[in-house]
Amino acid sequence: MIEIKNLHKSYKMGSNALHVLKGIDFSVKEGELVAIMGSSGSGKSTLLNILGMLDVADEGEYNLDGMPIKNLNETKAANYRNKFLGFIFQSFNLINYKTALENVALPLYYQGMNRKKRQEKALKYLEQVGLKEWSHHLPSELSGGQKQRVAIARAMVTEPKVLLADELTGALDSKTSYEVMDLIQQINDKGNTILVVTHENDIAHMCKRIVYLRDGVIVKDEKVKQVRAKEYVQ
Amino acid sequence: MFNRDRWKEILEVLTTNWFRTVLTAFGVFWGIMILIILLAAGKGLENGVKSDFGGLATNTMSMWANRTTIPYEGLPKDRRYSFKLEDVQAINENIPNLRHVSPRNQLGGYRGTNNVIRGLRTGAYNVYGDYPEIIEQQPMTVSSGRFINQGDIAEARKVAVIGNGVRNELYSMGEEVLGTYIKIQGVNFMVIGTYKNNSSRQGEEGEKKIYIPFTSFAQAFNTANRVGWITITAEDQTPITDLKMDIINLMKKRHKVHPEDRRAIGYNDIYEEFSRVDRLFAALELIAYFVGTLVLLSGIIGVSNIMLIVVKERTKEIGIRRALGEGPWSIKKQILMESIFLTIISGMLGIVAGTLFIYGVNALIAANGPVDMFTNPSVNLGVVTIALSILVIAGLLAGYIPAQSAIKVKPIEALRTE
Repeated sequence: MIEIKNLHKSYKMGSNALHVLKGIDFSVKEGELVAIMGSSGSGKSTLLNILGMLDVADEGEYNLDGMPIKNLNETKAANYRNKFLGFIFQSFNLINYKTALENVALPLYYQGMNRKKRQEKALKYLEQVGLKEWSHHLPSELSGGQKQRVAIARAMVTEPKVLLADELTGALDSKTSYEVMDLIQQINDKGNTILVVTHENDIAHMCKRIVYLRDGVIVKDEKVKQVRAKEYVQ
Repeated sequence: MFNRDRWKEILEVLTTNWFRTVLTAFGVFWGIMILIILLAAGKGLENGVKSDFGGLATNTMSMWANRTTIPYEGLPKDRRYSFKLEDVQAINENIPNLRHVSPRNQLGGYRGTNNVIRGLRTGAYNVYGDYPEIIEQQPMTVSSGRFINQGDIAEARKVAVIGNGVRNELYSMGEEVLGTYIKIQGVNFMVIGTYKNNSSRQGEEGEKKIYIPFTSFAQAFNTANRVGWITITAEDQTPITDLKMDIINLMKKRHKVHPEDRRAIGYNDIYEEFSRVDRLFAALELIAYFVGTLVLLSGIIGVSNIMLIVVKERTKEIGIRRALGEGPWSIKKQILMESIFLTIISGMLGIVAGTLFIYGVNALIAANGPVDMFTNPSVNLGVVTIALSILVIAGLLAGYIPAQSAIKVKPIEALRTE
């Protein structure tokens, strides 16, 4: 699904360049649930941004589902992001003056889907994350866990090839974190490919594979026995 | 463009900070209102001045014979001469594109002595010997009876058309005028009509004139084929100013006047006078547009400023939207539409307010009687259309820089801002 070869990225900081990614080789098959772990500054967020087409690599290849990703202009990148990727952020990034339903329907709007179909589909996904009754509430009226579930529904609604989650439990307490991870595992069980960036060990072990990043290189890449989040959820 | 969600969002964004939106809108509102009022005031002044011409055929000149000032072909200077009826024919034959060439003779004049008698009443009036076409050149309204016609000219009938001012002085209230006789320098003329002035300039004084057929004038007052002055109107497409010199040169040749003699023929070019007035008002209109547009510009800069702030405030949101796959063009369109929407709404309110103001002024004028040099200030549909297109362009301009700055920030940077 994802194939990366020899990926380099550096940022210019005044006169000296900060080499963040120093040749990453990495691939993800369909249906995998991968955690990318590393301390801050290890380059994990940069990697995720490049995978999410929010940033471009200086060097190296990136293939998404057999399609080479390079030389994208903004319009095309936006289009690819919309069709192929779903984003889940640490701070939820819901649009605060739109209801849960409108937030979930937003990516479909950018696809030009008509209003009625859009709302039907968004409602279906809200139901899957268990928030059907909250569809007409604003984000400010939802708890952190609910917000993240709305964000997950929003990431899922376009049926993307890959879900990218950046510290998705970073702003949640552990109980809510496990609930959200339980949802992520359920989505993965249905065959969706998911990448999770985290620095929390327990969250990483709820994935099926952990990739350790340090100073811009992969130091370890191992399959782990998945801990089901359900066990922690009463 | 007519997308429900887009409009919903525009309204959501603009209503989140009501006070700010209203303040911003006020700048544009004020600008367009000033523009409308200035244009209307200019129009009112123009209408006022032009109504003084009273529908006068403006492409017109009149000319008369003075004494010569240069000796020529053996003739001395200070020689008196006068135009002849044959000159009228010669002008008609030699100068193209003329509509009317009317000869005229005149009795009485400024501070003239009493020359008209009816019973016990007398008065001093201008008496004109005219051709029927004069009514096309100096329009007046025939308020009773009829004006001079070709039959009167052909048979040299002793008939007269008198102004309402003359009637008021020579007749009692309610007395029948038509068919009665007045005595002009001892010759009886039957009154066949009365007229009212169209021009507001001369007032009552303009109605103290008497028109009689040119031929009867010649017979009664012994002017033979002499002509006092000639009034010439050209076809609309040819300004009389262009033909003026040809006509005057023709007259000089026919009357043996030295070609360099500037004073031998007097003339009065109404077209030139009128186009000077026209140019003045064109300049006034230009100034109104200039000032109005500048005031509007400050409003537009306000809109642009606020849109920049709005974009800044929404940087993160725009980042989220772009991560979710909204194209840059769509974001740009959104900002532009917000800005155009704001300018158009406030601009239209400004147009309405300006129009109401003018309406109020008109009502005041109507209630308190006419004001000198100021009649019916108004804006026409053309001006409103121009104002609206200025607004659309203004909205585009106001939104352009903010829209550009909205998509300039990279999505990841936008997402990072708090």
